[in-house]
Amino acid sequence: MLLILDILSFLLLAAGGAFVLIGAVGVLRFPDFYTRMHAAGVTDTLGADLILLGLLLQVPDVMTAVKILLIIFFLLMTSPVATHSVAHAAYAGREAPLTGKLLLREHVPLSPEAEREKELQR
Amino acid sequence: MKSFFATTGRSLVLIAGLCALWLLLSGYWNYATLVAFGVFSVGLTLWFADRADVVDREGVPTSIFPRIIPYMSWLFLEIGKANIQVAREVLKKDIKLAPKLIKVPAPQPSDLTRTIFANSVTLTPGTVTVDVREDSLLIHALDESFADVPAICEMGDKATRLEAKGDR
Repeated sequence: MLLILDILSFLLLAAGGAFVLIGAVGVLRFPDFYTRMHAAGVTDTLGADLILLGLLLQVPDVMTAVKILLIIFFLLMTSPVATHSVAHAAYAGREAPLTGKLLLREHVPLSPEAEREKELQR
Repeated sequence: MKSFFATTGRSLVLIAGLCALWLLLSGYWNYATLVAFGVFSVGLTLWFADRADVVDREGVPTSIFPRIIPYMSWLFLEIGKANIQVAREVLKKDIKLAPKLIKVPAPQPSDLTRTIFANSVTLTPGTVTVDVREDSLLIHALDESFADVPAICEMGDKATRLEAKGDR
């Protein structure tokens, strides 16, 4: 039984580590800021969660398990907020995303004032 | 102090939550002095929360329980699936992406459910909420295959249904 738990937790930890690595490789390979952010997302969702689940199978007592579950919960609550604020900062700073198959910078975000005027005209 | 009594139900939920958190994190069940300090810290937090006026529909979101639990498990599966797709894109020999900015309607009647929707979209790799507007979200998708508007709208509907009609 212990052996099965060990093997399972080994597999989860290895998979989590692999996903963290994939996220890092993605950050290096993807073409622009916004696409790189998606690669970073792999690291802080599946990568971190699999590693924590792997650790969950190694806990000595219930208290530690509860703490690991709380870490997963708080990670799940806070990481999208951080990702969104980084993305929104780039958007508000008028960083144009590469779009389409040709990766053109077509959709240059408008300044907030121009945006508001456009909304009013509609 | 008036608002304190007006929101008794929510305050009780907050007290229960804080007590559970303190006991689970400390693990001290039978040391009277330490438990007393725990009670004191719970009381202090409650007082701060009341002063900051956050014991309300959004600060203590009781309305989304228990529907949030099946939603979270469904979201977990979606995150897993999307992660594998993104990982596949990363590991391709030649990266051929077609990123896209899409506008998705967000007809959620409350800020709380709209926030949950926007965060769920961000949490799913391959889609990130770039801007939140009055009635829509601006979403950056990694590739055409992630820019699946009907699927994202379905996620939005699920988020809307987290709050029952009477709670709004």
